This record gives sequence, structure tokens and C-alpha cells, in this order.
Amino acid sequence: MAITRLNLLNEGDRGKILRVRGRGEINRRLRDMGVKPGVEVEVEGRATLGDPMAVKIMGYRLSLRANEAEQVEVELADGDTE
Amino acid sequence: MEPQATIALTGNPNAGKTTVFNALTGARQHVANYPGVTVEKKWGSLSRNGLEAKVVDLPGTYSLTAYSLDEVVARNFVVHEKPEVVVDVVDASNLERNLYLALQLIEMKANLVIALNMMDNAKARGFRIDTGKLSELLGVPVVPMVAKKGEGVTELIETMRAVVQGEITPAPAKISYGAEMDDAVTKLSDIIASDESLESRYPAKWLAIKLLEQDEELLEEIQDSPRKEEILEVVNGADARMDKIYGELPENIISDFRFGFISALCRKSVKKVTHERRTITDKIDKVVINRALGPVILFAILYGIYQFVFWISDAPVEWFETFFGWLGHLAESILPDGLVKSLVVSGIIDGVGGVLGFVPIILFMFFAIAILEDSGYMARIAFIMDRALKFFGLHGNSVLALIVAGGISGGCAVPGVMAARTLKSSKERLATILVAPFMNCGAKLPVYVLFIGAFFASKKGEMMFLLTLISWSLALMAAWILRKTILKGPSAPFVMELPPYRLPTLKGLLIHSWERTWMYVRKAGTVILAISVLLWALMTFPRMDGADLARYKTQEARATAMLKHSIAGRIGTGMETLTRPLGFDYRTNIALIGGFAAKEVVVATLGTAYSLGEVNPEGTDSLSQRLAREPGFSPLKGFALMLFVMLYSPCLVTVAVMKKETGGWKWPLFAMVHATALAYLVALVVVQGGRLLGLG
Repeated sequence: MAITRLNLLNEGDRGKILRVRGRGEINRRLRDMGVKPGVEVEVEGRATLGDPMAVKIMGYRLSLRANEAEQVEVELADGDTE
Repeated sequence: MEPQATIALTGNPNAGKTTVFNALTGARQHVANYPGVTVEKKWGSLSRNGLEAKVVDLPGTYSLTAYSLDEVVARNFVVHEKPEVVVDVVDASNLERNLYLALQLIEMKANLVIALNMMDNAKARGFRIDTGKLSELLGVPVVPMVAKKGEGVTELIETMRAVVQGEITPAPAKISYGAEMDDAVTKLSDIIASDESLESRYPAKWLAIKLLEQDEELLEEIQDSPRKEEILEVVNGADARMDKIYGELPENIISDFRFGFISALCRKSVKKVTHERRTITDKIDKVVINRALGPVILFAILYGIYQFVFWISDAPVEWFETFFGWLGHLAESILPDGLVKSLVVSGIIDGVGGVLGFVPIILFMFFAIAILEDSGYMARIAFIMDRALKFFGLHGNSVLALIVAGGISGGCAVPGVMAARTLKSSKERLATILVAPFMNCGAKLPVYVLFIGAFFASKKGEMMFLLTLISWSLALMAAWILRKTILKGPSAPFVMELPPYRLPTLKGLLIHSWERTWMYVRKAGTVILAISVLLWALMTFPRMDGADLARYKTQEARATAMLKHSIAGRIGTGMETLTRPLGFDYRTNIALIGGFAAKEVVVATLGTAYSLGEVNPEGTDSLSQRLAREPGFSPLKGFALMLFVMLYSPCLVTVAVMKKETGGWKWPLFAMVHATALAYLVALVVVQGGRLLGLG
């Protein structure tokens, strides 16, 4: 049960969001899109140049830059890569 | 007849709001701006099943914060205009996130009706939704729909009618934000309710929640309230208490409780009957946004669009050309010689006809853009390009502005500049606004088509693709320089949904592309007609007297002398000193001046200038053929002129919109100067460089 940041996850990794840090617009945007504690995320992939990343959350797909993903603390689910 | 009612349509982007709007209003739609801001206001009328109403399509949003203009516009409309019904179009296959907006509308005490759209997708994904239960728990009517197939539309209208006529009174659920926060909300709403001015303008409880969320715009609103001190005391007190109890900001607690309410709601009303398999979108995205394949597919699609559009519009463009050629010939033969004939043939038919002739290309280009938008691929373009754009100091969302402005030829800089408002950071936004006019808008297309037809006829698709690459490269380079110099600053966040892929409906595509094409046609019929006539007059007056004319032997020499003698001819000739290094003669100069009003006018003016100087009045050959024969032109000069038209000063309308968007004359004036300087430089390099290489 490793605790890490969303931007550090690899394609196929899954985890549960523990905390969204920071205040102001980034925080607000992320939460309005469903990125909040207790929600599961799965990394779908990254764009050609490694950024932004695409994640699956609440059954839809969200893309965000590493800058934003770094604000999201995640508890990595044990080694289940499909 | 029933009393008129206003119905507002809200919903998340990609939930099918536009489809519902089209289903309700059909072709009776109007577009304008909200007063004072540049957010597009779309409305239509509905008259069915005993309901007479005005339907307003609010901007698609995920939330109702003060962070974006779209959200502010949407919430102000609901709060201040008090529409009789607010319809929230909800994507049933993505219920949890979509209901977040619905909850906020309930907080606003809107007369909410939920249009639970895309029931077919929800079913396919294994959701079994008990709409009755959902309606009961939310306390508002819920209408299941598949809007693109027209299912549920009648039921939605019937429900709206019942709400308007008071047969159904929504009794929205009460949402708790936890005992501590509820206390603060109650205390705050009591204070607000005691201030008549605030109370009359806002639902007290909603304002209380928004203030606790530290909403910047609404915090401004209470600055004049006599109860300001008390209000701020509660707000700040709540901030401190929540931090002590939960270690969180009030806004986060409120949002957590909203989502908590939704989770409980979904547990009771939604059953998952099958385990979720990989959806079609998952499978497509495995390939389409794949790190290696993504960009390759993107370029292939864009290239394919050009090939397709030019291939399919080839014949219709020829019909239009033949038609206007025939019309000109007809006018020539029936009208008596003189000023009227000259005005009709040279001013009106050649001018406006030259522009209208490109309608098929514009139409198919808009059609292609509509497919990209409606299918969900546009968001993937932003995703794939974001990192590269970030390098140039722009943002993934800049892609949308740039594409709309003509990144895929056929757009328009006006909506492009307006689309830049989705960018929050003012520096990225300004950079986007300043470079968007470099894109190949629909008005530049006729110019390209004309010169490509004259000089590069065998390589139409390739040439268009090359021009697109050039405009992107120069726009990005200009943005990079701007962001390194006068617009220095950090980059804004990028958080964007990648919507599920959807098969666009033909009706939606036709409405989209026709709306935009019609704007172009209308422009040709009004602004361009006026400019054509004005330019014709400038090119005709003052007239030479007979004695002077007699000195010229051939008809061609006489026509040229007359054109040079006119006001426009003198201006154009005067500018030749400046444009000689670029190889532009007085006729091109006149056309370029006219093109500032609207770039299509370049074609119209060249048409007028060359038909005024027509050597062979019997010839009905097209302007393209005429230019190809013209000794003053060469492929190199044609190419340089295309680049000049691509880059030089944004047109009048764009400049006006830039002024509005940036709040002053500083940036539009800057855009006019820097764009024209860049155009001159690029054309100079091409012409002189080409000559050195022996191309011209």
C-alpha cells in the first residue's frame, strides 16, 4: 500500500485518492471534475511527449497535466496491472 | 394562448445539450452575445403540446464557480432572469459527475427538470436506472431520453408544460453539508435575509453557500451591504472552525457533501447489472491517443480532410464559377454601355460572385470541423497537442481557439478569438488571441483557391496542407516570442474531459455547418457587397476625359490608364514604392487595402480590377485563368501574396472583437502592426529568396 502522487503512476496503475492539496482554482477544478478523496483512479496513458496524462475516474476520462496531478495524493493498489 | 415562459437549458459539456436544444427548437434559432461579455447566447422558440416558450441554451459547464466566464453567465442567468424552468441535461451513463451541477441548481432554488439523456449508452454500459426513485430522492421531475433519436422529447415538453402551468411543483431535496457547516449556512442566510437589497437579488441560502466557498465574485457583491461585517465574521469563523474540525477548507467540505449526497442517491436508484467491460471509447483511445500513433493519426486526419474537401467541392465550385460568368455575360449583353453596366458587372457580379463562388468549399470545411467537434475527437487534439503548445507558451485549450480560427482551414478568427475566453490565464489568452488571426480562416480560402487554381492547379491538396503547416509554424513561433517577451508568465492549469466518442448525427452536423456557412453568405450579401461597390467607385472615379483617353492606342492601354487615374489606382500606385520589393503592383495593393475590411474582398477586388482592365470583353474565363496568363504574376509571387494575405493585419471585424475581448485598443492595434510587419517580412524573404534561387 504505497502512498504516492498521481503524476508518478504508470499506465495501468490504479489507486485511491487520499488528498487533493492546494487551494484556489486548481483545487476547485479538480474537485468539480470528481477528483476528490475516496475516489478510484486508473491511469489510461500519457500524450506523446509524456504530458498531459489521461486517467479514468468516476467512469469517465479526464486529462490533466503533471503539474495538476502532482497535487493529488494517491494510495496505490497492490501490483494489479491488467 | 398560454403565457410566455422562459426555459433555460443547462448541462455538462458533451451531455447532449445541443441535441436537446435542436430537438426542442428545430430551425428557429438565434445567436447573440450576453450583454457586456462575449459568451454566446443562443435561443430559440418552442411551440408544442400547449407550451409556448423561449428556450435559452446556456453555456455547458461542470460547475457554477466564479472561475470561468461561462459559469458566471450560466448562474447569473438562473439567478437574475429567474426562468420558469431550468432543464439540466444529464448524461445517464456518467451520472455521478453530471448530477454535481444538478445539485448546485437545486441549491439555487431553480425550477429544475432533469433531462436524463443518453439512456441507451447507460443501458449498454450495464446501468439500470430507476428514474422514479431518482426523481423522488432529488425532489424534481426526471425525464429519461435518447435525444439524438428523438426519444423522450415529447415527455420533456409535457413535463416542462406541467411545471410552467403549476401542475407540478418541484420540491427539491434538502442537502446537508454536515452539522457544523449547516449551522454556518443557516446563520449566514439569516443575516442575508435581513438585508433587503441582497435578499431581493439572491436566494439567501445559495448566497450563503457561495460565500462560505469564498466565491470571489459574490464576495464583491456584499461589499456594500450594511451587514458586511457580520457576514464576513461568519465566513471567516467557518473557515477557522472547519480547519480545526476537518482540517479542510469549507469549499472542499461542501463539495464532499454534495458528492456524498450523490453517491447515496446513486446507490439507491442505480443498479449495475453487468460488470463494466472495455467500452468502444476505451478501444478507440488505445490507438488514437497512443503515444506513438496519436500524432500520426492526427496528421493523417487533417490531411484527409483537405483532400476530401477539395475533391468533393471541385465540381460545385466550377458550377458556381460558370454561373457567375454566365450572369456577368448576360448583364453585359442586356445593359447599355455606361456607368450602370460597369457597376453591375465589375462591381457587383464580379465582386460578390467571386466570394460566393467559394460557398461549397466553406460549407464542406465547416462540415468537417463539425464532425471533429461532434465526434469527440477535438478534445483528443487538445490532449495530443498540449505539451507542444505549452512549449510555445500556449495551452491545450488554445488548440480549440486556433482550430476554430482556421487551424483547419475554413474557420473564422472572430469565434476563434472569442473561444480563447476558455483560457483562464490572461497571458496565455492574449497570446492565443494575438496569433489566432494567422490561421487560415474561411475568408482567406477564396484567396488561396484563386492562386492555387492559377499557379498550382495540379497540387491543390498538397498546397493547402503546406499553407496550413506554415500558418501553424508562424503562429506558434510568434506565440513563443510573445510569451518570452511582453507576455511573460507561468502557465495555467489543464484539466479537461476526454468525452466518449459518439457518432455525430447528420441533423446536428447540418445545423452546425449550415449556421456557419449562412453567416458567410450573409456577409457576402451585406458587408462585402457594400465594400465591393465602394471599391468599384474608388476604382472608377475620377474618370478621364476623352481627350486624355484618346492618347492611348489600344483598348488595354486605355483601361489600364483609367484604372491608374482613379482614386484607388493612385493610392495603389503610391504604395508601389513600398511593395515593389514584394512584387505587388497597384492592383494587388488596392485588393490588400480592401482585404482589411474582410479578406474575401481581396478576391472580389482583384476580380473588379482585372475586369475593369479587361482586354477581351468577350472572354468569360475565370479570374484564375486570367491571373495565370497575367505577365505581372508568377507562381513565386502568387505564393508570396498568399502568405501575405495569411499574415497581414486581422480584418476589421476581428480587430473589433479583439478590442472587446481585451478591453481596449492597445492589443488590437498591436496585432495590426505586428501582423503586417511579419507579413511584409515573410513575403520579402520568399520573393527575394526565391529570385536568388532562380524560382521567380
